[in-house]
Amino acid sequence: MRVSSKVKELLKEHGWPAREVYFDLENSNWVPREVVEAILPFFNERGYGHPSVTHKPGWEALEEVYLTKELVAKTIGAADLDEISFTHSGTEANNLAILGFIAKKDNRRRGGKIVVSAVEHLSVIFPAEYASQLFGLKMQRVPVDEYGFVDPELFKYYVDRDTLLVSIQLVNHEVGSIQKLKELVDVAKSANPNVVFHTDAADAYSWIPIDVERLHVDMMTISSHKIHGPRGVGALYVRNEVLLEPPLKGQLSVEKLWPGVENVPLIAGFRKAIEISFKGFEHRVSYVKALRDKLMNGIVSGIPEVLVNGPLNKGRVANNVNVSFLRIEGEALTVELSLHGIYVSSGSACSSRILEPSHVLLAIGRKREEAHGSILFKLSQYHRESDVDYALETIPKAVERLRAISSWKSC
Amino acid sequence: MSTRIPLPYGPKVLEIFRNPKNIGRMDDATVIESAGSPACGDMIRLYIKVRSEGDRDVVEKSSFESYGCAANIAAASILTELVNGRSLEEAWRISWKQISDELGGLPPIKYHCSILAVGALKRAIRAYYLNKDKPHWLPQDLTLEEKQVLEEEEMIERYYGSMKAIVDELK
Repeated sequence: MRVSSKVKELLKEHGWPAREVYFDLENSNWVPREVVEAILPFFNERGYGHPSVTHKPGWEALEEVYLTKELVAKTIGAADLDEISFTHSGTEANNLAILGFIAKKDNRRRGGKIVVSAVEHLSVIFPAEYASQLFGLKMQRVPVDEYGFVDPELFKYYVDRDTLLVSIQLVNHEVGSIQKLKELVDVAKSANPNVVFHTDAADAYSWIPIDVERLHVDMMTISSHKIHGPRGVGALYVRNEVLLEPPLKGQLSVEKLWPGVENVPLIAGFRKAIEISFKGFEHRVSYVKALRDKLMNGIVSGIPEVLVNGPLNKGRVANNVNVSFLRIEGEALTVELSLHGIYVSSGSACSSRILEPSHVLLAIGRKREEAHGSILFKLSQYHRESDVDYALETIPKAVERLRAISSWKSC
Repeated sequence: MSTRIPLPYGPKVLEIFRNPKNIGRMDDATVIESAGSPACGDMIRLYIKVRSEGDRDVVEKSSFESYGCAANIAAASILTELVNGRSLEEAWRISWKQISDELGGLPPIKYHCSILAVGALKRAIRAYYLNKDKPHWLPQDLTLEEKQVLEEEEMIERYYGSMKAIVDELK
């Protein structure tokens, strides 16, 4: 049977749940109507031209790219618009930062070691490994504590005169730890003033205030779909003094680091999503934090044998809930919850024969059997308290059904 | 999250996951055997009650418990349905491929779910004949499914063994 037919039948069997709540904002996202409305004109009404060609639709596109750059620069405290480059995803922005930096020969004269944290997104870890192999560099992973934090004291021992690049995220994408990044940057730069510091801020952007000047980072990644913008746009901030070699080759346009025609409709959508996210920033964050606490406390107090992954409160980003339900496997729970219209993801190893669960959960010291039962919820301003109530009604029943079947009995 | 792989389950997997058959422990089981472990991410426990009918040993009833993904639960459920009422000789011949086919063809990354279910079954059949005369159809050597299950379990044992060694050294 063709994959498409099989999945069609699967969806028919699944049915359309009476109520749906989407919590899988980590992996992809739905796009609000006002964002879609900001995108649509750029497909066929205006700005559908190439932003580097001298005609009206091209100039319209150019205007939109720069309006978005201005907004990105303003929201992260960047001084110069040329320091913002659009890519087609956060993954691409991370790849550009790491591969682009290492590919530049002059940069490799700074040293022979890349340092990343053990809990980075795979779009940081894999390019760092790849770049190390390609150019014969050393790569070190800084361990984290049980809550996902890099200890600045320990970090001191990883940065030395041979370190050329450090990449540590601002907020962890799975367990929500907000790193003490300013402190880590200071440690790195006092150990070696030539170190270039990249941070993946995809999960921090619009959730904590960011100022690249205050943080003193050299490169920073953000991503559109993490803030209810469309998939297909990311951006990399690169301080003017830092020079990169574009890892992809092709015709350059507005962007001097990433070839190909800029995805103007989606860039326009990203701009709209930024506008929405930064309007009433503090109110929005505290609203979501209250939902987060309700969801997390409701799960922990209502269901036995649950572990919270990541910081309990202080140092945890406002939109992240990650818990492990012991004695059940996460993939089964995502399917069971899906049948009831609750959409989440798991750090279980359901998709590999070797059954390797989330590297982040293993890095914070979770045992494999604990990581296999993990479920990640991400919240946003579009969730209502009634959505959380529905989740808290549904999850205990789902967990109970699977535990009743489980061959892993409680002690 | 870990690297993700699309999982085009057939509708049968979802249908059985929703309504699995023959669930739960069986107090009067003749043999109880498990395959896999929580650390591996999946573990099936199989309960079988065997009845002798002349020279035939027949599965009177079977049930299961499963810690695992949707495909794992579906594989264990369909296995119990297939073996009920069959002789142990017939049950022995059930292959992982047959379980996968019964589920509408599992995605390759999920083959191990049907391997685990059949591995547990084969262990249970061997356990039944442990202190009895071995029937002619029961091979001495381990089958593919049994070897795979053992490999998965040993891999985790090795991992935890090496972790324990590191922790002991730190002490």
